[in-house]
Amino acid sequence: MTTTDATATTAAPEDKARNRSERRLLTPEGVPLIFQLAERGERAAAVLIDLVIMYLGIATLVLALVFGLGWVGISGVVVGLVILISFLIRSFYFIYFELRWQGQTPGKRLLGIRVIDRKGGYLRPDAVFARNLLREVELFLPMTLLFSPSEGSGGWVNLLTLVWVGLFLLLPFFNKDRLRAGDLVAGTWVISAPKALLLPDVAAGAARAPVRQGNTGAADPELPFTRSQLEIYGIYELQTLEEVLRQQGPQSAETRGEVAKRIQHKIAWTGDTDVDAERFLKAFYAALRAHLESRMLFGERRENKFSGKPPANGNGKGKS
Amino acid sequence: MSASIKSPLKSPLKSYEFRRERESSWHELEDMVARAEKRGLKSLPAEELLRLPTLYRATLSSLSVARSISLDQNVLNYLESLCARAYFQVYGARASLWEGIVTFLTHGFPAAVRATLRPNLLAALWMVLGGVIGFLLVQANGDWYYTFVGGDMAGGRSPAASTEYLRDGLYDGTDTAAEMLYVFATYLFSHNAGIGIFAFALGFALGIPTVLLLFYNGLTLGAFLALYDSRGLTWDLVGWLSVHGTTEIFAIVLCGGGGLVLAGAIIFPDRETRLESLARRGRTAGTLIMGAVLMLFVAGLLEGFARQLVTEISARYLIGGLMLAFWLSYFTLGGREQPGDPGRRHDDD
Repeated sequence: MTTTDATATTAAPEDKARNRSERRLLTPEGVPLIFQLAERGERAAAVLIDLVIMYLGIATLVLALVFGLGWVGISGVVVGLVILISFLIRSFYFIYFELRWQGQTPGKRLLGIRVIDRKGGYLRPDAVFARNLLREVELFLPMTLLFSPSEGSGGWVNLLTLVWVGLFLLLPFFNKDRLRAGDLVAGTWVISAPKALLLPDVAAGAARAPVRQGNTGAADPELPFTRSQLEIYGIYELQTLEEVLRQQGPQSAETRGEVAKRIQHKIAWTGDTDVDAERFLKAFYAALRAHLESRMLFGERRENKFSGKPPANGNGKGKS
Repeated sequence: MSASIKSPLKSPLKSYEFRRERESSWHELEDMVARAEKRGLKSLPAEELLRLPTLYRATLSSLSVARSISLDQNVLNYLESLCARAYFQVYGARASLWEGIVTFLTHGFPAAVRATLRPNLLAALWMVLGGVIGFLLVQANGDWYYTFVGGDMAGGRSPAASTEYLRDGLYDGTDTAAEMLYVFATYLFSHNAGIGIFAFALGFALGIPTVLLLFYNGLTLGAFLALYDSRGLTWDLVGWLSVHGTTEIFAIVLCGGGGLVLAGAIIFPDRETRLESLARRGRTAGTLIMGAVLMLFVAGLLEGFARQLVTEISARYLIGGLMLAFWLSYFTLGGREQPGDPGRRHDDD
């Protein structure tokens, strides 16, 4: 389907960034799913949230134990339990949640990111074990080093430890898959899995206006566009137009007016220039989408206005 | 081509029709997935659970079609996200936590130990080497003892102590009052498990810290042995150690072995890329370490309770020997047959 590599040179900058963090997984059904790698900042935030929850949990349990059992006077049991529970929570918090919530922890869930298998299989327990056991050197070691003053060790040792810890901490910055050591060992990716909502079709508005046309999503017959007018733009412009039409807020009407004027100028619009901007844009959107989609059916995908015009000079990207 | 498009102006939007026909099934799947995400797959009634894979496949094919016919960015994004969410539910880990634990104990752990036999032996070798060197050095010159055994670890057990003191230490259980045994056991467990996980994780640094850690552990043990040997208490010490030591030292060796697996995957990736080899072998090592942590828990109990309560030397040897026999037979015989794994074992193909 999309020729992401071929278009990277002509696509807009934000598209390039998007492509770079895009990863594909082939489902057992043979349809590839496209995922976006989670941002490093998102992951750091998720870990911080998890750490806060974890230490709050330990603190509450310890307090509950001390006040609950401390009155009874079996201090030995309490101290033993406190040591045991803190160890268990610290070592198994991430493992427990990633197993139960299929690759998510409370922090990851809040940030909308999750752990997946790099090969598309299901996230197996051994992968969860491996990636979280490595947190011991990636996360807990630096933390103890930070919070406990070094006892008598020289500057050399401190420097070496810092470098060593830094190597682990910064590992996600040194590879394009943003893998930390645990991900390397477990064969996992952390991806962002946002929930997308299904919004009404923008083309539906244009279709609804003329009643006699029926609700087929066809172009507004009172605003006809010629073929050459529709061949000026590509998919990128179409989808930008979709965004403009979905925009809501105080400035949206103004934006639409400007965009409508620019388009009218660009396509040398000869029709009624006083037409409502939104109606014009919707009609143009519907017509352009119909045009580009029908071209796509013939194997010609025109990514943006800079890519060639196949009928005219024949250097199009399509297979035809 | 221009002939095929009769009139681009009046051609109905196929993607619009396409969406209208399928929209309701997308929404049905979305609703199901949302509930499964919140309360788990088990919260879905049986008939919905049966419908989920069908709906998932239908939506996945919608996505596939939409990619080739639709330019509606919102529909594409929506389907992409919905399919991914449904995919995680359909191909998510299906075993319950309990089933997972049982499979782990009956298959995963012993199989992982067998699969990593060579690194484990290598780890044991480093420890034995440290032990021999520690023993010989301390035997030649008692001052080495202070180098190998930290003050807090020695707890008064130094070459300066009298033979009686050392002997009492082995049999009285005086280090801890009976009521403090819980504390002692749990402290030992979390301390040792921490070291074990550490030894594993350090394997990522090409295994050098892992080897050093094993070697140092061996040195300490050897130094202890040399000290007690010089007082003629060798067999008493071995009996004292064997109660928990057969389990604990075994587990530490496995942790070291796990670290060496990581190191091996980085240094000798065989025919795979380093990334692939690390991903494949790292998971086995992860299983290994989880098991070793469990062993250390057992060792902590033995060390905290049995060693302090059982003071008869023959009983100590019996416990230690039985534990060793148990672990060895568990690792050699356990989990030989393949488990009925419901998931895709994608890395075996």
